Amino acid sequence: MSKAVRNKRSLSARVGGLFFVLPSIITVIIFVYGLIVWSINVSLTNQNSGAKKEIEYVGLKNYTDLLVDERFTHSLLNLVKFTVVFILGALITGFIMALLLEKGIKGEGFFRSFYLYPMAISFIAMGTVFNWLLNSARDEEAGGLNLALQKIGLGFLQNDWYVSEKGAMYAMALPAIWQMSGYVLALFLAGFRGIPDDLREAARVDGASESQIYRHVLFPQLTPTLLTVLIILGHISMKAFDLIIGINGKSYVTQVVAVYMWEATFDKRDYAKGTAIAIVLLIMIAIVVVPYLRYNNKQQAYR
Amino acid sequence: MAKDLVDLVVAKPAKRNAKRRRTGKEKFWLIFRYVSLIFIWFLVVMPIYVMVINSLKGVKNVYLTNAFKLPEKLDFSAWSVAWSGTDYFPQSISESMSRTLFFVIQSSIISAIIGSINGYVFAKWKFKGSNLIFTLFLFGMFIPYQAIMIPLVRIATTLDINRSIYVLVLAHIIYGIPICTLIFRNYYEAIPNELIEAARVDKASMVRTYRSIILPLSIPAFVVVLIWQFTSAWNDFLFAIFLTGGSPKLSVATTALNFITGSSNQVYYGVNMTASLIVSLPTLIVYIFLGRYFLRGLLSGSLKG
Repeated sequence: MSKAVRNKRSLSARVGGLFFVLPSIITVIIFVYGLIVWSINVSLTNQNSGAKKEIEYVGLKNYTDLLVDERFTHSLLNLVKFTVVFILGALITGFIMALLLEKGIKGEGFFRSFYLYPMAISFIAMGTVFNWLLNSARDEEAGGLNLALQKIGLGFLQNDWYVSEKGAMYAMALPAIWQMSGYVLALFLAGFRGIPDDLREAARVDGASESQIYRHVLFPQLTPTLLTVLIILGHISMKAFDLIIGINGKSYVTQVVAVYMWEATFDKRDYAKGTAIAIVLLIMIAIVVVPYLRYNNKQQAYR
Repeated sequence: MAKDLVDLVVAKPAKRNAKRRRTGKEKFWLIFRYVSLIFIWFLVVMPIYVMVINSLKGVKNVYLTNAFKLPEKLDFSAWSVAWSGTDYFPQSISESMSRTLFFVIQSSIISAIIGSINGYVFAKWKFKGSNLIFTLFLFGMFIPYQAIMIPLVRIATTLDINRSIYVLVLAHIIYGIPICTLIFRNYYEAIPNELIEAARVDKASMVRTYRSIILPLSIPAFVVVLIWQFTSAWNDFLFAIFLTGGSPKLSVATTALNFITGSSNQVYYGVNMTASLIVSLPTLIVYIFLGRYFLRGLLSGSLKG
């Protein structure tokens, strides 16, 4: 009797859960994976304008067209510039913040709360301010950063920022760094504090200096955190969209892949091109994220 | 995993040699750290400072060259113009704000309920292949939504729901499933299995266990997910601009603001600043009062929360 009950229960224990997540599974299959397939399908056709016409499959034409599309290669190059500066900037700033805070200091909570608030604000809203702060007006007309640079005697550093021909994307990375450094700080702070105190103590007893402890004991322990930070910043960077729109709209100088996709879809109604751009973006992100998800999945299995 | 990330972030490191007097070198480094922290603090606060002071300078008299200067006298007129509009500034944001609030609250609550059920199953009621399915869910969290947007717009148009704000409620629920499931799963994972075992010995079904044991323990996770969904839906621009097609009748806070600041209103800097500040306030207030929960949501994006 009791055995029968246990068997019955174990059946429900084994597959009962599936029943409750089935609606979500179906939703995710349709709206994530299904729609990606649908997008790929659109990107292989000739739906290049809003006008109704016979849908024909044109193979990879929309993708090969992108390769020779100057605007696309321009936005891709912009995205690369932005990503490099943004990742390095946020990584270094966030790491320095974590170094300053990790031992604990009076007022830590105060600093930490302020360092993290930018994550709560929409970039469309912050765009209004950064549009000012990074304004290209100089000397007497200057406001924002150019004015601040003059005030501290660094007037020669005045710049065109996000409208400059060469450096627009580097300027655009500044607000992104401003927003994401706090996140990096939080991840590294958790990393530092996850290291057992004994490790430090042992090194200290062995006569290691503070800087040696950091270099040889603490930093190597932070490698997994570094990986996480890089993945997070990387995929956020590649999706950069409202940050760019909020500050500089659809302007050519600061156009990135996501903005170009919007332009192709919205203004030109070129759905085939729009989906092709989106799929390229998806592949770029998948290359970064999928190995991380697999790594994470394996870690879960060991837990 | 003894502690989760948030506990580590806010953990107080053990005080070492608290009683000992600091050496000169230690004093120097302490001062150095404070100076650096305060310097960074100024950089972090500056944008919001510029926003606030320029919103208090009235409608006119707001110039780029005075960006950092405090107002000579407080003038709140830009606030009423930004909020309810006037003849020369017709695009007020009050309507979009209330529309956003309306849809964001609904999508957050439904997302939290779905996330809780999913999280429970993936943490405590696993079935064969559940880990794999969970990982496939997570991928949905990282995709650029552009990759599903054009078909999604077509579906919305075909079903004729793109003329109602519910299109955004649905979008945020659907694409919120991965992160909400993840947050709840991580939270439930930390609940000892013995609790579930004890319930099983008492012949409670898994559903019953969820209702009477897990759910009452879930309030912190609900707060995290509600805040997360609230903030990301409030700040979302991508879904809003694609799914409502920029229609003014369906404008939400971000799309309305983008229209205001991007249009020919560039003369009214003060009003633009104020509108941006007003749009930022709800999420900022949530962050100020529930920062710890916000941080937990944020860190769960690293999958380890």
